[in-house]
Amino acid sequence: MSRFFIFLIPVVVIAVFWVMSRYEAKGRHDPTRKSFLERNGTVLGIVFIGLVAFWTLFLVALPYLYMVQESFHPKLPPLKRGGPDDFLTLEQYRSFFVEPSSGDWNTNHMSAFVFSILASVGVTALNFAICYPLAYYMAQAGTAQKVRLLMLGLIVPYWVNEILRAFSLRLLLASKGLINQAIMALGISDTPIDFLGTDTGLYVGLSYAYLLVMIFPLYNAIESLDKNQIEAARDLGAPWWRIHKEVVMPYAKPGIASGCTMVFMLSAGSLAAPLFLGGPNTLWFTAIVYDFFFQAFNWPRGAAYAFILLAACIFFVMAMLRLFKVSLGETIR
Amino acid sequence: MSADVELDGVTIRFGDFTAVQSATLRINNGEFFSFLGPSGCGKTTILRTVSGFLEPSEGKVRIGGKDMAGFGPNKRPTALIFQNLALFPLMTVTDNITYGLRVRGASRDERDKRADELLSLIALRGQGKKMVNELSGGQKQRVAIARALAVEPQVLLLDEPLSALDLKLRQHMRNELRNIQQRVGITFIYITHDQGEALTMSDRIAVMNAGVIEQVGDGKTIYDRPATAFVASFVGENNPFPGKVLRADNGTAIVETAFGALRGKIAGGLKPGDNAILFVRPESLRLGQGGADTTFASSVLNVAFEGNASHIFLKGPGKKDITLTVGRHDGAAIPEQGSAAAVSYDPDLALVLPEGKLASE
Amino acid sequence: MSSKFVMKGMIGFYVFLFFAYLFGPLLVMSITAFNTPNYPQAYPFEAFTFDWFVKLWNHRAMMEGLHNSIIIGVGVVAVSVPIGLAASIVMNQIYHRARGLYYLVTVSPVLTPGVIIGISTVIFWKDMMGLTDVTKGLFYKGIVLTILGQSSFIAAYCLLIIMARLQRFDRAQEEAALDLGASYPQVFWHILLPFLKPALISAAVIAFLSSFENYNTTTFAILADKTLVTVLAGEVRQGTTPALSALAVIIIGFTLVGAIIYEIMRRREERVAADRARAAREAERQDLGAGALAVQAA
Repeated sequence: MSRFFIFLIPVVVIAVFWVMSRYEAKGRHDPTRKSFLERNGTVLGIVFIGLVAFWTLFLVALPYLYMVQESFHPKLPPLKRGGPDDFLTLEQYRSFFVEPSSGDWNTNHMSAFVFSILASVGVTALNFAICYPLAYYMAQAGTAQKVRLLMLGLIVPYWVNEILRAFSLRLLLASKGLINQAIMALGISDTPIDFLGTDTGLYVGLSYAYLLVMIFPLYNAIESLDKNQIEAARDLGAPWWRIHKEVVMPYAKPGIASGCTMVFMLSAGSLAAPLFLGGPNTLWFTAIVYDFFFQAFNWPRGAAYAFILLAACIFFVMAMLRLFKVSLGETIR
Repeated sequence: MSADVELDGVTIRFGDFTAVQSATLRINNGEFFSFLGPSGCGKTTILRTVSGFLEPSEGKVRIGGKDMAGFGPNKRPTALIFQNLALFPLMTVTDNITYGLRVRGASRDERDKRADELLSLIALRGQGKKMVNELSGGQKQRVAIARALAVEPQVLLLDEPLSALDLKLRQHMRNELRNIQQRVGITFIYITHDQGEALTMSDRIAVMNAGVIEQVGDGKTIYDRPATAFVASFVGENNPFPGKVLRADNGTAIVETAFGALRGKIAGGLKPGDNAILFVRPESLRLGQGGADTTFASSVLNVAFEGNASHIFLKGPGKKDITLTVGRHDGAAIPEQGSAAAVSYDPDLALVLPEGKLASE
Repeated sequence: MSSKFVMKGMIGFYVFLFFAYLFGPLLVMSITAFNTPNYPQAYPFEAFTFDWFVKLWNHRAMMEGLHNSIIIGVGVVAVSVPIGLAASIVMNQIYHRARGLYYLVTVSPVLTPGVIIGISTVIFWKDMMGLTDVTKGLFYKGIVLTILGQSSFIAAYCLLIIMARLQRFDRAQEEAALDLGASYPQVFWHILLPFLKPALISAAVIAFLSSFENYNTTTFAILADKTLVTVLAGEVRQGTTPALSALAVIIIGFTLVGAIIYEIMRRREERVAADRARAAREAERQDLGAGALAVQAA
């Protein structure tokens, strides 16, 4: 099967929509309808369509489809591609479950996958717990200036590269780092605690990394809540935890869903934090993908694993949306 | 340079909804013409069709005799004053006013010169460098007018421009607009739901309801001789007496109403047995006995003193009260609330019209 | 009420703790940049030195990486901002049934793990460009691929930023301009773009910064070249030296300066807007007071 088959898919989709729109337009006369080129001027219209087509097709849809397609091919040197040895196969996906060379269950990779997903879920929950109070405080804090300053205070650390941030955490948590120095000086323990080896460093690093991503949607969602509702609940005598559980959180659901989704995806797909903060035994799924590309040069297998990761992320997102009863459009704000 | 505007069987449909039904009329060169009607009657739709933002589903629009089909709003010799003015907030007053010249390629100097002329015209001399959101409502209004006049349109279209202003300013601007139109001499097409505006400013008025043009004429004609029940009830206050035509001849008719047989003038076309409505204006009613078929009895519900006149509300034939207006110095005695009263009128001032939908209160 | 006071105290403490958590590591790291020991150390503080900054300056690979990062950043801005602008305009005008799919496709790069974007970019464009030797030679380069890969999701950021502003655009202004005789391109350049300017600038800044600090996608797409960030990652992997802390200090410095400039500009804007509003209120008062507003005889 030719690799270029995937080009047909977007062309067909576009053609279908175009035909549908023409058909609808002919049916009802709408006096305000102007074609796209009329509405924007011919030159500009073509430029717009060209840019959008280039982006959606060549930077988003086609590379992604191509990668998916690649994952169904065996690993072949460039000369052999397209030849008789090249055929569609599920062997790359199977290799996730069964190690191809030995025939045993691929426990390493599977457990790494499960660990990465679960850790990401945990990090998301932790992140949410940390960020929610601050987001609430910011949304209710009052003056626009104060809020802006708080925002700046949040953003400044984030323009420091995530690698440097991971690095700084490593400094703090290392056996010679400041925290261990303090622990030993205070007499809590005689030997330095190995934060990095036991994955604690990893969790701290991951939740640290994506605080901003959780705070913004939460803040936006809570901020639009009419403060009078909270006042009313308080007047009626509701204790603060009930106010949050029954008034604020249900209203902020799209923001919560949005923040959790983003944190989960960033965390599961994270490279820097596991690489620099994980212990010697930590195997992060994304790092496995990285290795397939850079160590083993096994692109098809890397692509298959990447697709498995993506499928897990999408599944999680769908589950979140269903759980919170929120639609996709609402979360992207 | 001015032009006339012709609507020839213009129908405008949005999907299944017909906004304007077969409108045909001619607006004369240099006329101040108004479209008057309640919201949703289609007057804005007509305005937008004349200015080029909508293409009619059927019929033609002609300006200066030329068919405007296929000409977009930027190619028509019209200029539109929007209801919310739509001034450009990121440009100064001068740049706003001369924008039309800028897109035609005029030089900076030409534009500045023209801006000065127009700023003088609208009494904002020297304020060209200000930004639009430093101006008051009335000033913004005038800038919008100047901006439209700068491109020397053949027809100026105004979309309820005074509705956002407060009362005193509105009344003042009515005179302003009329003055400007008379001085500049171009055709004005004005749409409004306020009949006071339409009556005081226009040469002729088209009264519209639910997409249909009910009557076209000058103010006095529309007021004294409305053609339909809607026009009679929409323009000014009017008392309707629905009933059946008993007799119709010689330009008068007798209608059997809830208050007995009453006489009024007809324009023609009504036969005995038709459903009709007799209309008498509040200022045409008098307390006291009159002729047998021009008097009826009712009781006084309420009296309201409004400065230059008093309004007496009497029990009417249906849900609506009868209003009788007495001028301050008319010399009539104001009756007591609750008393019975005989009311009469001059039959020449009463009009019998075919049954139709009345303007809602 | 004392419980409210306790609440306020707890909240204040929490906020303090939060920001300590956020800034703490960075602060510590900054201190190690000025400390002499070879291993980054904050305590005990032995001697103050600028040595590490000098070492940084002499680090050839890092300078080369910096050079590439800037080129890529500019390239990404040049690609993503126009795409974001075009995409937001198309979003408003596209056939309504296609809008859902269009939205999905354009926003999906934001949600896709950067790793996958990097991988797919390399796989796809290697084969695309490999079609002819000429294109392979010209375009199959780390810098080009990185620009393409980063643009796929950075254009989505630009789209969201610009769309937020575009949705507040008053269509009546567009109609007014048309009515005065402007052609559609003129409306675009004279009316729409000036309105969108703040969003375009935000988008450009965010695009540049996102590109500069990106790791996940870049590490795949950059092939044999390097950016500042990939060099950094390599260094951190190998070991730790205070030169990296020095880099962090520089970056933090830039960010702080940027934040201060932003705050100053914001305050100035607010003052101008307040002045204008005051002038308008004055004008209103004069209007009502004066009553008769005479229009001069021409």
